Amino acid sequence: MALIDLANPSRFLALAGRALPWLAFATALAFGVGLVMAFNAPDDYQQGATVKIMFLHVPAAWLGMFGWTLMSLSAFGTLVWRHPLADVAAKAAVPIGAAFTLLCLVTGSLWGRPMWGTSWVWDARLTSVLVLFLMYLGVMALYRTAEDPARGARAAAILTLVGAINLPIIKFSVDWWNTLHQPASVIRLGAPAIHPAILTPLLVMALAFLLLFLTLHLAAMRNEILRRRVRTLRLIQADESHA
Amino acid sequence: MNLGAHAGFIVAAYAAAAAMVGVLILWVALDYRAQRRSLDELEQRGITRRSQTKETP
Amino acid sequence: MKELAALLMRDIKLAVRAGGGALIGALFFLIVATLLPFAIGPDLALLARIGPAMLWIGALLASLLALDRLFATDYEDGSLDLIMMGRAPLEFAILAKALAHWLTTALPLVVVAPLLGLLLNMEFQSMTFVALTLLAGTPALTCIGLIGAALAVTLRRGGLLLAVLVLPLTIPVLIFGVAASNAAIAGPVPFGPPFTILCALSLASIVIGPFAAAAALRHGLE
Repeated sequence: MALIDLANPSRFLALAGRALPWLAFATALAFGVGLVMAFNAPDDYQQGATVKIMFLHVPAAWLGMFGWTLMSLSAFGTLVWRHPLADVAAKAAVPIGAAFTLLCLVTGSLWGRPMWGTSWVWDARLTSVLVLFLMYLGVMALYRTAEDPARGARAAAILTLVGAINLPIIKFSVDWWNTLHQPASVIRLGAPAIHPAILTPLLVMALAFLLLFLTLHLAAMRNEILRRRVRTLRLIQADESHA
Repeated sequence: MNLGAHAGFIVAAYAAAAAMVGVLILWVALDYRAQRRSLDELEQRGITRRSQTKETP
Repeated sequence: MKELAALLMRDIKLAVRAGGGALIGALFFLIVATLLPFAIGPDLALLARIGPAMLWIGALLASLLALDRLFATDYEDGSLDLIMMGRAPLEFAILAKALAHWLTTALPLVVVAPLLGLLLNMEFQSMTFVALTLLAGTPALTCIGLIGAALAVTLRRGGLLLAVLVLPLTIPVLIFGVAASNAAIAGPVPFGPPFTILCALSLASIVIGPFAAAAALRHGLE
């Protein structure tokens, strides 16, 4: 099935209906395996059992960034090729990406409390993730403000691409700022060399989270297509009642 | 399984993750039902799209 | 070129005449700096320490103030359509508008910044450094703001949205602006690196801002 076939929303809906149960099953399976592995993983000599929070925190951070990447690719689809599904894909990814980013912040805070003694430190990574979350909220606000979905989608696409250019710059400046105000004796999250006994469960959990993201995204895209149909029908209804 | 001195934080983190996943699944499922219902309602009232193959964006 | 110059002069005239917002930004800046000691107490040592950061925050907020009028008034009276149909490329027309906006709102901020530094117990030398960083950094603020203003005008009710969209993008400018001022005043980092990065951010924004704003207007108003 080529990408051009997917441009037909009806065909996409049929495909999504067939794929969703399988994706959901794969997600559940991956989470089952991942959680068992995560809880059997050895404790970190420095951080003890709290290293188990990493199996949530790190995949959530990856998928928060993955969400923005997906939105940026869709933004190209909207602006360059005017692919009708690109708008839908971008809009459906926003709340899911924002939720994963929020999860990253919450688990980071819960991890930081016993490790650093405070719920929040202005650590370079946490701060960058916070900015990413704020930008997700900005895009969501933009979608809510737009009266016309097509216009809103194009505005959101431009904002997404500007954000994609800006996020590495923000990351760089926050890192720079952080070295300027280096707090004493902070344990770095995610040491450079991770032992395989911890890395394998982490990768399985990351796969599970990725499958979860894709499942939710596909379902949200289906909802969005249906929402647009409802809108079209409502407009037709309003037209007919006027005539 | 021994979660050590910080068991509360670990459980809280996993609970937060479960809650977030639950909320997302619930949102997607409820949204799907709501859209399906309004679509059926509109179609029952005899309102159809001008073409069934092409969607106005 | 002639068209762009005409557009620049028109925007400057509109801004300085009745109903224009040219000096409102500077006035707002002055008020923010006056409110600050009421919030944190008249501790002169503390004020001197956080002065540069406060001036930068004030400038950031003041530069947002007049942004929503940048395209909105032109959109309402139809001149935006004329600009878009004009012979000059839209990107350059937007750059001319941005220059006019910078001259009428950001430049007054740079001029009054040393004055406010006086109120915040800063040394004369520190004040000039803060003004210098503002001079180098405000073009970036204006050009990032352009994108927000263009998006807001295509969404019609986007006025409130503007600040939410623009502020996260200005974080690097704020970081390097304040870092350069502090480096000049207190050290220990040399003034050069953060200041040159600030200039680089401004130059990059001058390119990206008009380009993205033009894309937003073209895609949004068709």
